[in-house]
Amino acid sequence: MKKSKQFWPFIIAAVIVYAVVQFLISNGMMNQFYSNTLIFISINIILAVSLHLVIGITGQFSIGHAGFLAVGAYISAIVTMKLHLPFIVAILVGGIVAALAGLVVGIPSLRLKGDYLAIATLGFAEIIRIVFLNIDAVGGAAGMQVSHLTTWTYAFVCLVITILVIVNFTNSRHGIASISVRENEIASDAMGINTTYYKVIAFSIGSFFAGVAGALYSHNFYIIQPSQFGFLKSFDILIFVVLGGLGSLSGAVLSAILLTVVSTYLQGYPETRMIIYSLVLILVMLYRPKGLMGTMEITDYFKLWRTPKGGGQHGK
Amino acid sequence: MENKPLLEVKNAGIQFGGLKAVQNLNMILNEGELVGLIGPNGAGKTTSFNLLTGVYVPTEGDILFNGERINGLPPFKVTRKGISRTFQNIRLFNELSVLDNVKVAYHAIAKHSIISSILRLPSHFTGEKEMEEKSIEFLKIFSLDKYKDELAKNLPYGQQRRLEIARALAANPKLLLLDEPAAGMNPQETKDLMELIAFIRNEFDLTILLIEHDMNLVMGVCERIYVLDHGQLLAEGSPEEIRNHPKVIEAYLGEEVHDVDA
Repeated sequence: MKKSKQFWPFIIAAVIVYAVVQFLISNGMMNQFYSNTLIFISINIILAVSLHLVIGITGQFSIGHAGFLAVGAYISAIVTMKLHLPFIVAILVGGIVAALAGLVVGIPSLRLKGDYLAIATLGFAEIIRIVFLNIDAVGGAAGMQVSHLTTWTYAFVCLVITILVIVNFTNSRHGIASISVRENEIASDAMGINTTYYKVIAFSIGSFFAGVAGALYSHNFYIIQPSQFGFLKSFDILIFVVLGGLGSLSGAVLSAILLTVVSTYLQGYPETRMIIYSLVLILVMLYRPKGLMGTMEITDYFKLWRTPKGGGQHGK
Repeated sequence: MENKPLLEVKNAGIQFGGLKAVQNLNMILNEGELVGLIGPNGAGKTTSFNLLTGVYVPTEGDILFNGERINGLPPFKVTRKGISRTFQNIRLFNELSVLDNVKVAYHAIAKHSIISSILRLPSHFTGEKEMEEKSIEFLKIFSLDKYKDELAKNLPYGQQRRLEIARALAANPKLLLLDEPAAGMNPQETKDLMELIAFIRNEFDLTILLIEHDMNLVMGVCERIYVLDHGQLLAEGSPEEIRNHPKVIEAYLGEEVHDVDA
């Protein structure tokens, strides 16, 4: 409810960001490198925010997010390349199939907890990757040709929709129910919450947006290969969420931006790239052990500035 | 017995491998009663609670609530039928505000769907507003409303207990199970708790089953007491009867009763 006051500022800010970037791109003032980086940042934010719903809000430690990214990437590529349907259809179908995959994976594996769930999701993601590796129709290990259809407009609109849906979900009775599962599953169950239902729902919404990100991802390159969706990709997404602060959506957004920018600029220094990237991670974890934002949201800081007392509360 | 039983436990028991944690549990709770469940450590009291609330499925026997068989139902469905509980170790939603902790209990009552929340349809706003108003009303009854924006983990211990009981009551139960509500409390907090229990019995139309080690509290507030030992029911009766029951004295109350007699 209080979030609705932030709705219009958010939309206005989004429109301004979009218009400025679009203006720069269409005037040729922003070259391909920068616009590509921005698209890539958008995709990574979608991934980070969708995993944030699963790990940060519902507390289910899933490290197989790249699996759903792969489903979205391949399914959308099939839709555009083999069925010759418009890109927007491909994005939707990619998301829906990824959400279904999320249901199939989630219903059995979300009975597990903690480490066991992590291992199960990792395993499922690998299975998905191996399946695509062995289907010749999508090119197997050699990969699949995909035309470049992702534009700044598609990426940004998907990003805004993702954030709106996940914020709206979080700030409702359903979000509180999901957080209660994270905080204390036994108590949540004892308060009449169907914990399995909320875990599966959060997991499939997360998978849906991972699929959407997958569609944008595959159409941003000219080729997709199963090796792009290995467990290292899953860890990249996990790092966005953990570095941003578990339970903080703005933290996930912030760290996705930061890390994408860092790794993009480090591409110029291939020999030291991973060392510097790792150092950044270690430094952030040393100085901000609870992540960049802890459990706070950006809007909480605005409130703190307005009311000098603050009181360190976590109002929503 | 003028009332029909609210809860009827018939020969219920549970076995973990070779260990019979609880066996032949027979209990009847009538509407409006305040009943105590006592016993030495490891007697199976909390296990019995877990049987009643669906955390464990009994391996034998039946549990009837309002005449309806509830064993085998998952905990959240048992809660929706009208059995709500607190825990021996406080289980609040620590990172949620006091208000949100109570809102969780209203979750099952609100009806707006996930789609309506995501699309921010009118039903979302009316539903959320109703939940919020009810929760604030509820916190006022327990004089917790001044803490409503505080995180649950930041409350003092006594207030956390209070909030846990408030949260359990917000789920609108007919039967409230309290698992050692006075554990870790100082005498003043225990006294406040006794007042709180008396208060909620007046305020709400409730039946209460209480596990407790604090004999002052049990003897002070309970009308009837069940005694468990080694997973089996040892005795049942009024506090006076239990105090003088030879088996109970032998198993558990021995020294205390001698003190009273002396």
